[in-house]
Amino acid sequence: MTLAGHWIYWAIVALMMVGLYVLIARENLVKKIMGLNLFQVSVILFYVAVAKVRGGTAPILVEGAGDVVYSNPLPHVLMLTAIVVGVSLTAVGLGLAVRIRAAYGSVEEDELDRLDEADP
Amino acid sequence: MSEHLPVLQVVIPLLCAPLALLVRREAAVRTLAFAAAAASFAISVALLVSVLADGPISYPLGGWYPPLGIEYRVDTLSAFVLCVVSGVAAVLLPLGPGRGGHGLPSGRLHWFYAALLLAQAGLLGVTITGDLFNVFVFLEISSLASYVLVGLGSDRRALRAAFTYLVMGTIGGTFVLIGIGFAYQMTGTLNLDDLAQRLPEVRHKSTMLAAFAFLSVGVSLKLAVFPLHQWLPNAYAYAPPVVSAFLAATATKVAYYLLARLVFTVFGVAYVFGELGLGWLLFPLSLAAIFAGALAAIRQTDVKKLLAYSSVSQIGYLTLGLSFASLSGLTGGLVHLFNHALTKGGLFLAVACVVARSGSSRLDDWRGIGRRMPWTMAAFVAGGLGLIGVPGTAGFVSKWYLVQAALEAGRAELALGILASSLLAVVYVWRVVETAYFRDPGGPETRAEAPLSLLGPTWVLIGASLYFGVFTEWSAGVASKAAAMLLGVGP
Repeated sequence: MTLAGHWIYWAIVALMMVGLYVLIARENLVKKIMGLNLFQVSVILFYVAVAKVRGGTAPILVEGAGDVVYSNPLPHVLMLTAIVVGVSLTAVGLGLAVRIRAAYGSVEEDELDRLDEADP
Repeated sequence: MSEHLPVLQVVIPLLCAPLALLVRREAAVRTLAFAAAAASFAISVALLVSVLADGPISYPLGGWYPPLGIEYRVDTLSAFVLCVVSGVAAVLLPLGPGRGGHGLPSGRLHWFYAALLLAQAGLLGVTITGDLFNVFVFLEISSLASYVLVGLGSDRRALRAAFTYLVMGTIGGTFVLIGIGFAYQMTGTLNLDDLAQRLPEVRHKSTMLAAFAFLSVGVSLKLAVFPLHQWLPNAYAYAPPVVSAFLAATATKVAYYLLARLVFTVFGVAYVFGELGLGWLLFPLSLAAIFAGALAAIRQTDVKKLLAYSSVSQIGYLTLGLSFASLSGLTGGLVHLFNHALTKGGLFLAVACVVARSGSSRLDDWRGIGRRMPWTMAAFVAGGLGLIGVPGTAGFVSKWYLVQAALEAGRAELALGILASSLLAVVYVWRVVETAYFRDPGGPETRAEAPLSLLGPTWVLIGASLYFGVFTEWSAGVASKAAAMLLGVGP
């Protein structure tokens, strides 16, 4: 196994860092949620990459096909659940952003800080 | 029927949550929530009794046997934590959001019950399951419900606190997911016991180190271990008081359970404390949490925020007990989980009582409240003494074990640290007591006690914390059995 052979993992790490960076560096709450999404999606890709077996096919039993190499289906199933969790988190996060916008009139973190300081 | 108790433990609150949304009428929803919480408490007590008598219970979900199927596993430790979570929920759920302190219009209260039941189901699920991925799912169910509950506070800052909690909690949850991925990649199993058996073969691989790092940091974020506690003070301070009581008493406690489970059952003491030397990291962090939390609590001008920072400090005691990795240390940590759940739950409920009457948790507005609400403040004082660890309260029992563990480990400086931090707790509790009893409110003094529906549950929790300060068979006794099981000494 070489570094180049692991390229997918490097891509996943890069995506993960992009997500974390957006999450930390952006003041806009909606962009923060987008960063969080990227972060979660990178983990989903990680599981799918782990499951891949070189030359493997779909894990379906075919009569008379003999022994076939197939990719591990379990991580895919796990990720279906993780996607549901991710969608729910996005929904709750965006819902909170809507409520924040209604209460403060802004979704920019620095603006919100200023409003909170002005209002003891 | 009785063999299905482990799954009913989780399924009852999980199904009652959507049912609450269908029923809608507040009186009916309240009854439903109480029935669900009471049933789930009864089940957890039955499980604890059965585990203590006959040993661990393994329940194959849907008839698929472990390690392939999902297993619910109840042993002394998980039954103990189940009792804490479902017991506190049984006291708190019938209350609903309480009066005041929340931004819910009447007629929408069924949403509150649904979220609280979901949070409870998630926390019970994390505790009972023996499957690593199931842990993640339940952790996220409880966290999602908690974000919603925190956002219901009456102050608009509650929304921002909930958002921060959501971001930090999701990073924690995703870290846990990455850790699970690494562990699965190396061992090919998700069952906790199976994982523990297969780990020794791959233990030296750096992937396992990464798995442990992601899992422990992720869980520590949910547990609010110093310095990952930034989300906690605002979340507890701006959430509706009843929600603060629920989260303080259960959410961090379950995260602590999970950390102990991962460290002791899955990865093993020899690896975590021997090879990795986690103790060297956890000791200073625990002490920093204890002191930084207490010092911050002293400076607060809002009682809820004061209690929230006090929670940061108390979580330090929990992790301190864990980092000794000895029988008395772990017993101290686990019994503190139990005692602090009762004490802090009761204290936040006392705040809920005051908020229901005067609408404010600001210390300035608490002047002379000791004479207006004598029973509420008596509960607060009793709870405050528990935080300090005065003999006769539950807090004393946990500190006794922790000091004993420090002396056994030959680290007298830690024992002194525990005692010194208790003095800081005296300072912050005294600030509230002084304001409530000795400051002049500057207005007419009329007795206006909180409604019995709030005062009753407050005294149930505070009374329990006093009871377990004297009779420790079911708190320290069970905790020490659970600690012995985790460390692999004795049954």
